[in-house]
Amino acid sequence: MRYLPLTESDRRAMLDVIGAKSVDELFRDVPPSARLDQPLPLPRHQGEMEVERAFTRMAGKNLSAGCAPFFIGAGVYRHHIPAAVDQLLLRGEFLTAYTPYQPEVSQGTLQVLFEFQTQVATITGMDVANASMYDGATATAEAAIMACRITKRNKVIVSGGVHPHYAETVETSLRYTEMEADILPPDPLGLEDMIGRVDSKTACVVVQNPGFFGTVRDLRPLAALCHEAGALLVVMVAEPTSLGLIESPGAMGADIVVCEGQSLGMGLNFGGPGLGLFATREKYLRQMPGRLAGQTVDVDGRRGWVLTLSTREQHIRREKATSNICTNSGLCALAFSIHLTMLGGTGFGRLAELNHLAATRLEQKLRAVKGVRVLPQSYYNEFAVHLGDETDAAAVVDALADKGILAGVPASRFYPSFPELKSVLILAATETNTEDDMDKLVAALKEAV
Amino acid sequence: MSETISGNRALQIEEKLIFEMDNPGSVAIDLPEPAPFDLERLGDAPRRGPVALPDLSEPQVVRHYTRLSQKNYGIDTGFYPLGSCTMKHNPRLSEKVARLPGLADLHPLQPQKTVQGALEVIDTLAHWLKELTGMPAVAMSPAAGAHGEWCGLMAIRAAHEDKGEGHRRRVLVPESAHGTNPASAAMCGYTVDPIPALENGRVDLAALKAKLGPDVAALMLTNPNTCGLFETEIVEIAAAVHGAGAYFYCDGANFNAIVGRVKIADLGIDTMHINLHKTFSTPHGGGGPGAGPTVLSAALAPFAPVPYVVHGAKGLEMVEGKRDGAKPFGRVKGFHGQFGVFIRALAYILSMGSDGLRQASSDAVLNANYLLASLKDDLSASFEGPCMHEALFDDRFLKDTGVTTLDFAKAMIDEGYHPMTMYFPLVVHGALLMEPTETESKETLDQYIGVVKGLAAKAKAGAADEFKAAPRLTPRRRLDETLAARTPVLRWKPAAE
Repeated sequence: MRYLPLTESDRRAMLDVIGAKSVDELFRDVPPSARLDQPLPLPRHQGEMEVERAFTRMAGKNLSAGCAPFFIGAGVYRHHIPAAVDQLLLRGEFLTAYTPYQPEVSQGTLQVLFEFQTQVATITGMDVANASMYDGATATAEAAIMACRITKRNKVIVSGGVHPHYAETVETSLRYTEMEADILPPDPLGLEDMIGRVDSKTACVVVQNPGFFGTVRDLRPLAALCHEAGALLVVMVAEPTSLGLIESPGAMGADIVVCEGQSLGMGLNFGGPGLGLFATREKYLRQMPGRLAGQTVDVDGRRGWVLTLSTREQHIRREKATSNICTNSGLCALAFSIHLTMLGGTGFGRLAELNHLAATRLEQKLRAVKGVRVLPQSYYNEFAVHLGDETDAAAVVDALADKGILAGVPASRFYPSFPELKSVLILAATETNTEDDMDKLVAALKEAV
Repeated sequence: MSETISGNRALQIEEKLIFEMDNPGSVAIDLPEPAPFDLERLGDAPRRGPVALPDLSEPQVVRHYTRLSQKNYGIDTGFYPLGSCTMKHNPRLSEKVARLPGLADLHPLQPQKTVQGALEVIDTLAHWLKELTGMPAVAMSPAAGAHGEWCGLMAIRAAHEDKGEGHRRRVLVPESAHGTNPASAAMCGYTVDPIPALENGRVDLAALKAKLGPDVAALMLTNPNTCGLFETEIVEIAAAVHGAGAYFYCDGANFNAIVGRVKIADLGIDTMHINLHKTFSTPHGGGGPGAGPTVLSAALAPFAPVPYVVHGAKGLEMVEGKRDGAKPFGRVKGFHGQFGVFIRALAYILSMGSDGLRQASSDAVLNANYLLASLKDDLSASFEGPCMHEALFDDRFLKDTGVTTLDFAKAMIDEGYHPMTMYFPLVVHGALLMEPTETESKETLDQYIGVVKGLAAKAKAGAADEFKAAPRLTPRRRLDETLAARTPVLRWKPAAE
C-alpha cells in the first residue's frame, strides 16, 4: 500500500507503547453491532498502472472539446490557458497547503489571495472582494441573502437573463427562509422590463451581464431605479473576460457583483469545480460572506498578510454568521489570478476583443443558413439563435454531435417546460475557435436545419 | 541575525505585489492582433479605456509565484498534524489522471452520449460512497463540507414538509460541533438548540432525550466527534431521535477514522456529508476546492437535489430536472458537482481499494493513539484513551508557565512543523488537537513527539519569553491580527488614491 508508511513491526511496536494487543482494541467504543470485521466486498488495492488504465478507459468514452469544433458556453467557457498556470498550481506548497490559518507559514497563499481580491475588485469596478466562493451559482445565492440582510427586506427579483442554474440555486437557498425569490421567465430577446416590479419590499434585483441568452445591457437606469426604491442591484457576470470590453458593473452602479471565474485559468473540467467571485462596496464590507485576506505588519513592522474579519464567520458566530461557507476555492482562485496576471491590463482587453470578434464572425457566417436568426440585439461572445419554427434544437445538437461537432446548448435542456424555446440554440465562440471550426458548424447546420 | 542589503535572507526572498511590478507594455501571453471589427454588437455599455491591471512578462510571473510558494508550508513540506482537517499525503497520480484531456477538457453541457465516461466516473464514485457507508443514495453535488451539511438538512426539511410536519423547526447541535453546523441549520430556517457533553467527552444522552420533542427536526452530530472520540451511545441516540420523529444528521468530517470499519447505515444515521478532500485525499489547495457528497437514507433519498446520475435505457444519464417519483428539494450549485475533485478522490479510492481504505483508518487511529500514549505524561490529555483519529490535549500542562496554547503552536513553527489545531474544540480549555493521519511514518511521529516533549519541558522550565517571541525564523514573525481587523486593508491601491 504505497501511501501507508507503517510496517507490521512499526504497528506492533506502537501497540506496545499504547498498551493494546491489537488495533481492533482501539475501536472498542464502536458498538459491536456496527463493527465490520472484514474488508467490504469491493475491489482491492491497485498499482498506478492499473488505476491509470481505468481512467484512460473512461476518458476514452468521451468526446473531448479539443477534438471537435466546439461552440458550447452557457456558463462554462473554453479559453486557452497558458502552460505556466498549471505548472505553478502543481507546486506542492500551493497544492498541499491548508487554509492559511497560521499566517507565518502561509504568506504565499495569503499574498495570492490579497492580489486576487485586488484583481477581482478592479475588473468588477468595486471597492472590495472576498477570497472566493464555491462557484457562480452559490455566489449569486449568497449575494441575494446578503442584500436581504442589508435592506432588511425579503423579496429577491431574479431576471430571466440569469443563468437558470443560478436562478434555481437562489430559489433553493431561499426556499425555507423568510426570504422569497421571484424568478422571471427566460428572456431570450433581452427585452425584459424590470420597471414596475421593484417596490418597497424589494431587497434586490439580480441581473446577469452579458445575459444568459447574450444580451449586454447598460445597467445604469436599472441601478438608479433600484436605489430610488431602496433596493440593491446585484450583477452576475458568468463570463469575466467580457469585463475587458464591457463597462464594469461597479461603474454602472451595482452594489454587489458576483462572477463565475472559471473562464480564467481553470479549463472546463465538466463544470466543476467552479470559482465564485464576490465583490461589493466598502460600506457593505462587514455584511459580506466568505474569507478575506488583509494587510497588516508583523512584530518587526514588516508588511504581511492574514485572514481577517473572521468574526463574520461561522466558527465565531455559529448560527448568527453571515453564511455557513467555511472555505473558499483557493486553488481555483490561484489559477484565475495567475492567468489574469499573465494577461495583464493589455492582454485582458485584447482577449476580450478576440472573443467578441470570434462571435461576430460566427454571426456573419450564420447568415448563410436559411431560417437561422440571432436573437439578442447585443452580445459579447455568446448568443441565442432561433433555428426556425419547425426545428428542434436538441435534435440538431444531437445530429451534429454524431458528426463530431459540439454545437452549443439547446435552451430546452434548461427550460423543458417552455415549448416556445424548442428551436432556440445558445452558441458561444472564443479565441479558441478557428474560421475552419465555424465553417464546419455552418455547413453542418445547413444540412440539419 | 545581521540584516542583508536586500532585506532577503537566502531562500526567503522579499516579494512585492504584482501591482508594484507593473511594466506597462510587457506581455506574458502572445495573443494575435485582433482584426478590426466589421460588426460591433457590444450594445450601450462598451468599456472606455483599459482595465487597470499590471503588465508583466512570463519570466516575472513564474518567478513571482514560485517565490510566493516558498513562503508556504504544505503537506509536501512536512508533518501537518492539523486536527479535524485530515492532512494526509496527496498522491500525484490523482493529479495526472485529472489532467487527461478526455476528462479535463469536457463541457458539462455536451450531449450526454458524448460524456458517458465522465458520467461513469461520477457513478463509480457514488457507488463506492454508498457501499462504504451502507446508504442507498448519495447527492454528489455539494461543493464542500458545510455545503453538504446544508444539503442534508435541506433534504430533512423537505421530508418533514412532505409529511406535513413543517412545524418542526428546532435542530439539536452538541456544543463541541464545528461552527458550520449551527450556521447550516440557520440557513434552512431552523433554530439551534445546543446539547451539553458529559465529562467523558460524549453527548449527554439523558440531556438529549430531554430536549427532544414534536418540534425537533434533526440532531446534528459529528462522529467520531470533534474531541476525536467515538460516540459510544450513538445507536441509542439514533433510536431516541427517530422515536421523536426527527432525523439524524451526521457530520462526516472525521469519516477517515472509520472507513471500512463501520458502516454509517448501521449506526442509524439518515444523512452524512463526506469531505472528499479529507477522507479521500484530494489536495486542499490552500483552502479549496473540496467536495461534500452527502449520503441519504431511504427516507430522504427522494428529496436529493438535482442533478444525479441514473442508469437509463441508453446508458448513463444525468437527471437535471424533476423526474417521476422524485421530489428533489432543488439545486445546490451550478452544473454537476466538483468533477475535478471526484476524479482525484476516485483515483485515490481505486488505488487504496477496500483493503487499503480499511488499513488507512486503522493506521490513522493507531497513529493518533500512539501520539496520545507518548505525550500524555508531558501534556495534559483531555480524555482517557483510546481516541479515534485525533488526540486532544488542553492547556493544563501550561498552567503558571506564562505560555499559552498559541505560543506553544507558534514555537512548533520554528521547529519545522505546521502547528496542531488550536482552541478547537471549544469544550476544553486552550485545546491542542493533533491529527497525524495514516500517511505519516513512525519515524516522523517519534521526531515530532521528541520536539513536543522538549517544548513542554522548556515551557515548564520558564522560557516563556522565548515562546512569546516565536516564530523567529519564518519570512514574517507574528502578525498583528488586531490591526488587520481594526483598519481593514483588503486590496492594493495606487499611492495616489
